[in-house]
Amino acid sequence: MRYLPKSPAEREEMLAAVGAKSIEELFSSIPEAYRLKTPLNLPGPFSEAEIIRYFEARGGENSVGYSSFLGAGVYSHLRSVVTDAILQRGEFLTSYTPYQAEISQGTLQAIFEFQTLMCQLTGQEVANASMYDGSTATTEAVLMAERLTGRRHVLVARSLHPEYREVLRTYAKNSGLSVEEIGFSSNGTVDVRGLEAALRDDVCAVVVQSPNFFGAIENLAPVAEAAHRAGALLVVAVAEALSLGLVKPPVEADIVAMEGQSFGLAPSYGGPFVGVIASREKFVRQMPGRLAGQTVDADGQRGFVLTLATREQHIRREKATSNICTNQALCALAATVHLTLLGKEGIREMAEQNLAKAQFALGELEKIPGVRRSFAAPFFNEFAVELPRSVKMVNAELLKSKIVGPFVLGSAYPELSKHALVCVTETTSRAEIEKFAGAVRAALQVPL
Amino acid sequence: MNKKIKKAARHVNQNEGLIFEKSSPGKRAFEIPPLDVPAVDASKRLGAAYRKEGVQGFPEVSEIEVIRHFTRLSTWNYAIDLGMYPLGSCTMKYNPRVNEHVARLPGIATEHPYQPQELSQGCLKILALLEKCLLEITGMDAITLQPAAGAQGELTGLLLIRAYLQKQGNPRKKVLIPDSAHGTNPATAVIAGYEVENIRSDANGQVDLAHLREQVSEDVAALMLTNPSTLGIFEQQIPEIAKILHAKGALLYMDGANMNALAGVTRPGDMGVDVMHLNLHKTFSTPHGGGGPGAGPVAMKKMLEPFRPVPILVEKEDGRLALDSQRKETIGKVRAFGGNFGVLVRALAYILAYGPGVRQATEDAVLNANYIRKHLEGTYDLPYTRPSMHEVVFSDAIQKQHGVNTMDIAKRLIDYGFHPYTTAFPLIVPGALMIEPTESESKDECDFFIDAMKAVAEEAEKNPEVVKAAPHTTRIRRLDEVTAARKPILRWKPGETKQSDELGTHHRKVTTPAVPTC
Repeated sequence: MRYLPKSPAEREEMLAAVGAKSIEELFSSIPEAYRLKTPLNLPGPFSEAEIIRYFEARGGENSVGYSSFLGAGVYSHLRSVVTDAILQRGEFLTSYTPYQAEISQGTLQAIFEFQTLMCQLTGQEVANASMYDGSTATTEAVLMAERLTGRRHVLVARSLHPEYREVLRTYAKNSGLSVEEIGFSSNGTVDVRGLEAALRDDVCAVVVQSPNFFGAIENLAPVAEAAHRAGALLVVAVAEALSLGLVKPPVEADIVAMEGQSFGLAPSYGGPFVGVIASREKFVRQMPGRLAGQTVDADGQRGFVLTLATREQHIRREKATSNICTNQALCALAATVHLTLLGKEGIREMAEQNLAKAQFALGELEKIPGVRRSFAAPFFNEFAVELPRSVKMVNAELLKSKIVGPFVLGSAYPELSKHALVCVTETTSRAEIEKFAGAVRAALQVPL
Repeated sequence: MNKKIKKAARHVNQNEGLIFEKSSPGKRAFEIPPLDVPAVDASKRLGAAYRKEGVQGFPEVSEIEVIRHFTRLSTWNYAIDLGMYPLGSCTMKYNPRVNEHVARLPGIATEHPYQPQELSQGCLKILALLEKCLLEITGMDAITLQPAAGAQGELTGLLLIRAYLQKQGNPRKKVLIPDSAHGTNPATAVIAGYEVENIRSDANGQVDLAHLREQVSEDVAALMLTNPSTLGIFEQQIPEIAKILHAKGALLYMDGANMNALAGVTRPGDMGVDVMHLNLHKTFSTPHGGGGPGAGPVAMKKMLEPFRPVPILVEKEDGRLALDSQRKETIGKVRAFGGNFGVLVRALAYILAYGPGVRQATEDAVLNANYIRKHLEGTYDLPYTRPSMHEVVFSDAIQKQHGVNTMDIAKRLIDYGFHPYTTAFPLIVPGALMIEPTESESKDECDFFIDAMKAVAEEAEKNPEVVKAAPHTTRIRRLDEVTAARKPILRWKPGETKQSDELGTHHRKVTTPAVPTC
């Protein structure tokens, strides 16, 4: 086996040194009856070439060659080959959590830079080293708000990503948290009146997403004001982090829960991505997850360590702020490299292209009779449109033109049964948008 | 340094500031193809939401500077690719490069979780095959691949148990956890809504059965058991433990963190385990990447199957695969989308490379641990003497007599070219040295490690100060963790002046507290 560095003779030599007659003897503490007598029924062993062939074949059965107008929490963006070149350096790829700071300064400094980038982006004061993804970051932000306020009721905008809401519900069910949903107004943003009416003195957090699931950018000031008046914290989820290149950061938020997939991470059928929690400095001791901090060594040189670990499970056990241990460190490194490459101008330019292409796509779609924009609120690279026919039917037609159609909003919002969530990024060409609009027009004319 | 040491030598590495300190307006490292649609006025389109000033503090550097910056940082890390990384319970084994290659293929990395299932058959086949392989390895009946890491797998497992018990009328109150368990176990139990009750280990490091019998009542939902335990010892009484629990209607959860000792040799499902998680970033070789991503699939017995997180992978009558979200009794979702798919791809590539030969990996891992144990026993105190599986736990009792603790020995090991073992864990061994070599180490590398450990032991006796002040050969020395926690600096701030990386003149005494590191 090519991964195992021992010859048969070396195995014998080592066994003899241990004083065992056979390898079986080393497993004698497992009761005989439970030791497998026959080899496992597993495919393989396969050579490297065969493994590559297997996965190439599987890739070929997927959507290669299609253009896509799906977003809804997972976005296709340009990624530089530089990011992957750095990620594949063994020193980053094959190192563990940086507990031994003296020989982990590379990872630690990169985390410190990641935390800085996340703070600059979100307008918050502190950010952690990563969470699993945007959905669990949102849930952990709510749990953090619960610890900070001692209250147990959560108000969640229905325009928060449906899967984020599902994850929150799973965690809340057994933590004694009650979750109440707040509807959206006719322009697609959270219903502030409804929110105000629902705010009581037991509400720990108000959770909104911006841009929200419909792509609408929330006006956070009145939402924050209402939440704070009732003594609740405002949690703002960001699922399309690139929007922050052009959209005002959620400085009104007490906690920001973000999905960083847009920064250098491939869609990869849903993961691995990178969640982020950013917040105010005064709340740092209730934050979940790892934090890297700057300090000095015995000679006074700058260096970095994992810090404030007394919040974490390996020290505090059942009193920890979260059970998270393994996080998404390499994905956070990808985001760090990607954002460093983009820089101040690059992120703005990329964001501007998204806005321009989404505006262009909306314009093309609005030329089609019966197609209209669902919501009037400003949007970034994603918007909802109402079609005169079922979105599912239209999408089925689009597939024939090798187009993966937009997200079917009716699948998560029954009242939006004819609405589609269209996403366009800098990777979508004008020709693709025009072909898409043409195919939608044609699909709407197919006789029923 | 001891002259017998063949592994480590002096190395010069370069200073490197923060990337923000290299920034100068106008530099670019990334260019985007020209816009092919009309430009829009963002301030008009976004109105009050427009971020006029841009993202302040983002670096402006060139591509070569980015490459050099991160490459230099990388040289400050130790890694499996550089040598043995014997962190106990972390299973730092070789991360095959073909796994990285296949996870990045077009059609694999490029796929959107919401694309039509008829255009996702390749992804679904990968998931189906991985499910089948993991069920074969664990001997369980059903599985979910959704959890993002081990700790989330634990939570999923406990939620399955809770849902199952709830259906029978009472979710119960307590989860029992041995005193040798990972910190994630008790932290997870609390999130699942349970009280934690610790159970004692006996003098052999096994679960104290008499104590367990007393504690298991109708209030107990489950026992979370790591097997082999964090002492690296196989829990021989596991079938008996399962019986004690089952007799009272409680379930047995197995933390599969140490599955690298068992794969291909025995199956938890055959021994009475009801539900368990696997750490694909341990046993199944997906890279740790400095702390993640991982994946924590949860395998279970039939009775827990109806409660699995949605969506569920199903095979349709025509042989096509599909994701089904319609499950009345599901615990819900623990994570958006299907899971860390890219990690799952790598784990399957690993399994395909071995096939049934996965047993050989397990045998070599156990052989390495026992070889190291044999050579270091006597030099280091071995508090629990039952047979070791994939890892061995010593204590610093002998070196303590000279004022040297496990953390000091760990730091000195760095000078000898190794990453330290896991320090101060499990908690039931005061001053623990927890060593897990994995199957990826050759006899030579094991011998180098043994030489280094013996050399440190000799120094601890004859020249303890050199051990206590270690490491001496790293770019930076022991860091002041107390100040880091007392006055946290968690980010760079725009406008901060460039900090000099030159040696300071101010010398301070830095002590490193011995805390669990795994």
